[in-house]
Amino acid sequence: MSPAWLADVLALGGDLLVVPLMLPVGGLLLGLVLGGRHLARVALALMVLGLAAALAVAAAVLQAGAPLHYELGGWSAPLGVGLKADGLSAVLLLISALVVLAVGIYAQRPFGVAPGTAETRSSLAFWMLLLGVWAGLNTVALGQDLFTLFVALELLTFSAVPLVALDGRAETLTAALRYLLFALLGSVLYLLGAVLFYGTFGTLDIALLATAIRGADPLPPALLAAASLMTVGLLAKTALFPLHLWLPPAHAGAPPAASAVLSALVVKGSFFLIVRIWFDLMPMLLTTTAAQILGALGVAAILYGGLLALRQARLKLLVAYSTLAQLGYLFLVFPLAAASEAAGSVDVLTGGMLQLVSHALAKAGMFLAAGLIAASLGQDQISALGGIARAMPITVLAFGLGGLALVGLEPSGAYLAKSLLDGPAAAGGQWWWGLAMSVGGLLTAAYLIRVFYHALAGFQLPPSLKRRPARYQELIALALALGALLLGLLPTELLGLVEIGRTGVELGGLR
Amino acid sequence: MSGTTLFGLCGAALVGLGLYGLICHPGVLRKILAFNLIGSGVFLLFGVIAKRGGGALAAAGAGVDGDPVPQALVITGLVVAFAATAIAVALLLRLVELGGRDTLEDEAPRRAPPPPGRRS
Repeated sequence: MSPAWLADVLALGGDLLVVPLMLPVGGLLLGLVLGGRHLARVALALMVLGLAAALAVAAAVLQAGAPLHYELGGWSAPLGVGLKADGLSAVLLLISALVVLAVGIYAQRPFGVAPGTAETRSSLAFWMLLLGVWAGLNTVALGQDLFTLFVALELLTFSAVPLVALDGRAETLTAALRYLLFALLGSVLYLLGAVLFYGTFGTLDIALLATAIRGADPLPPALLAAASLMTVGLLAKTALFPLHLWLPPAHAGAPPAASAVLSALVVKGSFFLIVRIWFDLMPMLLTTTAAQILGALGVAAILYGGLLALRQARLKLLVAYSTLAQLGYLFLVFPLAAASEAAGSVDVLTGGMLQLVSHALAKAGMFLAAGLIAASLGQDQISALGGIARAMPITVLAFGLGGLALVGLEPSGAYLAKSLLDGPAAAGGQWWWGLAMSVGGLLTAAYLIRVFYHALAGFQLPPSLKRRPARYQELIALALALGALLLGLLPTELLGLVEIGRTGVELGGLR
Repeated sequence: MSGTTLFGLCGAALVGLGLYGLICHPGVLRKILAFNLIGSGVFLLFGVIAKRGGGALAAAGAGVDGDPVPQALVITGLVVAFAATAIAVALLLRLVELGGRDTLEDEAPRRAPPPPGRRS
């Protein structure tokens, strides 16, 4: 069935893990030589290769049924630094490659340099920063060492912050600075936690640390301090309520292509590390109140983000507040995993990753669509959207389908995610998490209906557009939204990808 | 009190002072300096742990006196903190150039903004 070359590629095993790191970093180096004029095309080619590499890694993990390993320079931990791809890494690699590729195609128009025109500084900057974000995400997915992950996190932050301020207006600069200050506090707290881990256990490798922590009885107090410092630091970068202040202006002010990447991927990078720390490093601590606190903050984010999204006058700000609310769902994973038996906690994690992927696709599509609407109208007041559905039907359809995917209608990924999360919530007698998810769904529907009402209301003449979007830009937004909506139709074997690398040993401490 | 305890306490004090500055001072430049203060505290802690020994060398059975790994980490950490400071200062300088503001408060600018012509 599978051709010989495919079998050869999959036989590479752990060596495959180098490719997703080399492609974006290679692109960054090439960009300095090529300049913005050619980088747009070269970056696009690299992104196609990157998607192929991510697919290959996922296929190899799925085929092997076990994590892939690669040791840099042949040095093994504790002295060396290793890369590992388990099911979680494969999912993050795939969704990053997919969204980055979609944004890369979309951005050919706003940030490409047409022949015969002068090259702008923002085109070079955009492509370099996009490649930087991508490199950071891939390293976050593959790193197996708390310090490698720190460097990956910084690469992600330093690439994401300038993306916010790409147009150089005073308000986006303010948003970028505020984002940077929150992110820097997050990094330094994470680093402090890493030092405490090293000081206590003498290693930074996640697998070795997990073994040492499992053997420690009683748990050293430094461990609790380190865990809370790292988690709080990462929460500041993930913008979980109440550390969310930086997110709405930053995500709403950035150019649409950048907003899509920031909202769909960058905040997920730090969430991914929180999952790594809690599920891989110290699953036994999930049963403590810490997991309940994370869940409660998630609920607060769902309600607060939803209510504020209802009150926004501008479309892009509404989408940004909706991101705040959707991030809240991800944090329900922690209390629900603690509430369920070891077998159920894998279900919960699968649900969480599905919500992550579904939100990434839907939100990228919605931000791209909102950006097209804003560029065509010259502004994005929701009350002034009248007739836009007749002028730009595909764009509005993309926004609408993305919205349906967020609400969690039947075939969507969010629906499947919520049903996977609902089971343990009901079984564990913790019905309030399920209630929070339902209320969040209602709020999402409410703020989206407000947008649809204005976009579809009346049969007035379509507004005159300042500038028509390119057809391929509309189709990219539509494809992303459709992807989120049809995610629930994935075969169960593919959903099993998340479970690979999560063995009974790692979950043994849960109960 | 042993040397490592003293230096450890100094590190903790630096982190605390920096945290206070980062949260309480309105001026962005002060916030950036406060971030560097926290960074110094963390790096001092790295040094203390290196001096205390153990760690990777002890795990590898190669002695306990001093540990080079935290020192390697500190160098990387310093580079990252330097880059972070550079980005923050660059953004701040541009912001001051554009609007004459050096805080992130939502109030009106302290100084009069330059005439609109300069903005483009």
